Amino acid sequence: MAKAKAQARAASVPAFYVTGDEHAHSGGSTMLGFWLYLMSDCLIFAVLFATYGVLGRNYAAGPSGADLFDLRLVAVNTAMLLFSSITYGFAMLAMDKGKQALMQRWLLITGLFGLAFLGIELYEFAHLIREGATPMRSAFLSSFFTLVGTHGLHVTFGLIWLTVLMTQVSKRGLIEANRRRLLCLSMFWHFLDVIWIGVFTFVYLMGVLK
Amino acid sequence: MTYPDWWKPIFGRFTLEAIPYHEPILIGTFAAVVLGGLALVALVTRYRLWGYLWHEWFTSVDHKKIGIMYMILGVIMLLRGFADALMMRGQQAIAFAGNEGYLPPHHYDQIFTAHGVIMIFFVAMPFVTGLMNYVVPLQIGARDVAFPFLNNFSFWMTVGGAVLVMMSLFVGEFAKVGWLAYPPLSGAAYSPGVGMDYYLWALQIAGVGTTLSGVNLIATIVKMRAPGMDMMKMPVFTWTSLCTNVLIVATFPILAATLALLTLDRYVGTNFFTNDLGGNPMMYVNLIWIWGHPEVYILILPLFGVYSEVASTFCGKRLFGYASMVYATVVITILSYLVWLHHFFTMGSGASVNSFFGITTMIISIPTGAKIFNWLFTMYRGRIRFELPMLWLLAFMITFVIGGMTGVMLAVPPADFILHNSLFLIAHFHNVIIGGVVFGVFAGIAYWFPKAFGFKLDKFWGLLSFWFWVIGFYVAFMPLYILGLMGVTRRLSRFEDPSLQIWFVIAAVGAVLIALGILCFIIQIAVSIIRREPLRDTTGDPWDGRTLEWSTSSPPPAYNFAFTPIVHDLDAWADMKKRGYRRPLGGFKPIHMPRNTGAGVIIAGLATICGFALIWYIWWLAALSFVAVIATVIIHSFNYDRDFHISADDVVRAEEARSRQLGRA
Repeated sequence: MAKAKAQARAASVPAFYVTGDEHAHSGGSTMLGFWLYLMSDCLIFAVLFATYGVLGRNYAAGPSGADLFDLRLVAVNTAMLLFSSITYGFAMLAMDKGKQALMQRWLLITGLFGLAFLGIELYEFAHLIREGATPMRSAFLSSFFTLVGTHGLHVTFGLIWLTVLMTQVSKRGLIEANRRRLLCLSMFWHFLDVIWIGVFTFVYLMGVLK
Repeated sequence: MTYPDWWKPIFGRFTLEAIPYHEPILIGTFAAVVLGGLALVALVTRYRLWGYLWHEWFTSVDHKKIGIMYMILGVIMLLRGFADALMMRGQQAIAFAGNEGYLPPHHYDQIFTAHGVIMIFFVAMPFVTGLMNYVVPLQIGARDVAFPFLNNFSFWMTVGGAVLVMMSLFVGEFAKVGWLAYPPLSGAAYSPGVGMDYYLWALQIAGVGTTLSGVNLIATIVKMRAPGMDMMKMPVFTWTSLCTNVLIVATFPILAATLALLTLDRYVGTNFFTNDLGGNPMMYVNLIWIWGHPEVYILILPLFGVYSEVASTFCGKRLFGYASMVYATVVITILSYLVWLHHFFTMGSGASVNSFFGITTMIISIPTGAKIFNWLFTMYRGRIRFELPMLWLLAFMITFVIGGMTGVMLAVPPADFILHNSLFLIAHFHNVIIGGVVFGVFAGIAYWFPKAFGFKLDKFWGLLSFWFWVIGFYVAFMPLYILGLMGVTRRLSRFEDPSLQIWFVIAAVGAVLIALGILCFIIQIAVSIIRREPLRDTTGDPWDGRTLEWSTSSPPPAYNFAFTPIVHDLDAWADMKKRGYRRPLGGFKPIHMPRNTGAGVIIAGLATICGFALIWYIWWLAALSFVAVIATVIIHSFNYDRDFHISADDVVRAEEARSRQLGRA
């Protein structure tokens, strides 16, 4: 009875501030913040996809996707990017086990796949431009180059980021800040994969349909 | 003047003719700006304030200081944007029947473009962001935002955009295309000059800042609320801020991408929005309004929050219909995406499409109307104190309802075919933006100024400013409704029909009254600083407030709360006061805080230089500054030492000072 009364009194004047240890600054909001950033980036791609959707058949008497795209080349390119996502996943597994050297090796392989992807894309672009299919030729080509090129630009920044992170891990090891950064890059890298699947489907596969 | 061969690689398309020394108005302004600037630099140097400004303000990651800097930016740019407004009103009042006025068309066109761009991006946005930055962490019982460095960087990117717009006044020209820069007019063929490029890069740079600050505040509100504050116990201002930042993150990337496509059209020669080779200018108009319509809700929603806080505080009771207020805000957030086409009913989308967008637009007036009733019922049987914020609330409610009704008129597609592009539209959106956003900003400033600086604002000059603004608004914009109904279109620099002149003269008088209102506001700040001792707030709670920001001292310590508060009820501070909360006097611990950094200023400065170089085709500088931006970001990422602890002794000292202050009260 007395206990119940004490409880009731405690409830009427409750604690108004935290007296115990405050939970330390965690990276909790970093992950959410990075997600939000990725979603905002996703909207940039949404605009580029929408623009491609509206303008993508305006060939202006120039070449169409069916005339230009070499699906075998694009398939190889897609494979490069998908492999790089798998290897990044392996790197994260290694990180979870605390195997730093193994992780660095997987990251290096990821970077090489990324470079291969970029190389093939640049080759494709150079080839198109040599054939006269420049971004200036038609609204279709403007939106094609911008959508695919923006994705490529993201991969480029991802590679710069990857290099920086590998340096930071080798200098400081797998400290919490580095783990957080590696997870952010991981999300970024997989996000670019998802975007590429959209590009591959809507631009290349549907582009070669008559 | 001919230039040698080496000029172009070094200076791009910049030539000495780009300095408008043949325009007396600009030279006069330039002289005034230079003299004022020199005087300011001399004063800062004389009183050895550079170090103070750099260490305590420019590099600060404290959300309170960043919030105040946003507000200062907003006030400075308001003066510029309003000078443009006065010039337009002056021109239109005299340019009749052969009189050409004092502004040639190419200058007039720059002025209306600059006015719109500045007022939206560099006045309203900094004000709104500044209020949210200052107030939200305090309201949710947090010590800073989720990403304090990013916050500083966002602010300086906004400043970078503002600097570019201001530079266009004296170096080159600004865009002559209206504030949303529709192609093909804004394309390379019809706007070959640097003006459009100033527009593009200024908005692009400021937009990065806005987007990141949106991400930052969402993460702050979602992750950093004090224990016990679940979503339906958040103060309404925090709720509206959350919705606004969701809108920012969900729309500013669209603006960035759209402007980037236009930039490619202008710089690379692509054909997104051209008339040739399959380009489609209508695509731009759709995209820009998919950003542009939510943008107006980004501006107004936080002020709805301000009005709600003001209403419950100054009526001394809980806000009427808190839950309905929250739902109304969320519904407006969602609906704001479904109405963009009402900005171009006349483009020819067809009756069905126009009907859909007309109806969605009208539906928005339902949650907004609910809000008006909520404020009214909060006042009903409240103990109303007619302080300045409350007066602004009353003026807002009357003015905004008028603006809302003319908005519903414009939402009717057949009516819009008559009113589209007319001064009726101009009157409508000034009615809602001044009556809603600007009045709300002044309410917010009057309400939170004592919290930020420790003394109240002077009431006499505040009242003068209030009446000049409100009366000036009606005198300036009611004639535009009338002119619009008579068919006068917007953006005209001269007129033939002398019977219209009287309305323009009345509108110009209204603009002068508003100018007096702005002047009184600045005098109010000055007088309040001089009279700060009698206006001093020693309690931290000058208005008998209801939310957590009033539980700290005025101004709050760097760490905001010595102990993180625990929330039990909506209106947490009112609840704490009612239930006998006692301020903790001992047991202080060291407090973990983020460290100041200059990286934000440096990166934003380099980005601004990069923008300037791109505008003038100075490619070497553009490449160099871009590489420098990347390099600085990378170097900054190698700095892992970003936090420090405020020692328990320092906390004790600050809290004891507070105790002494409370004792004197």
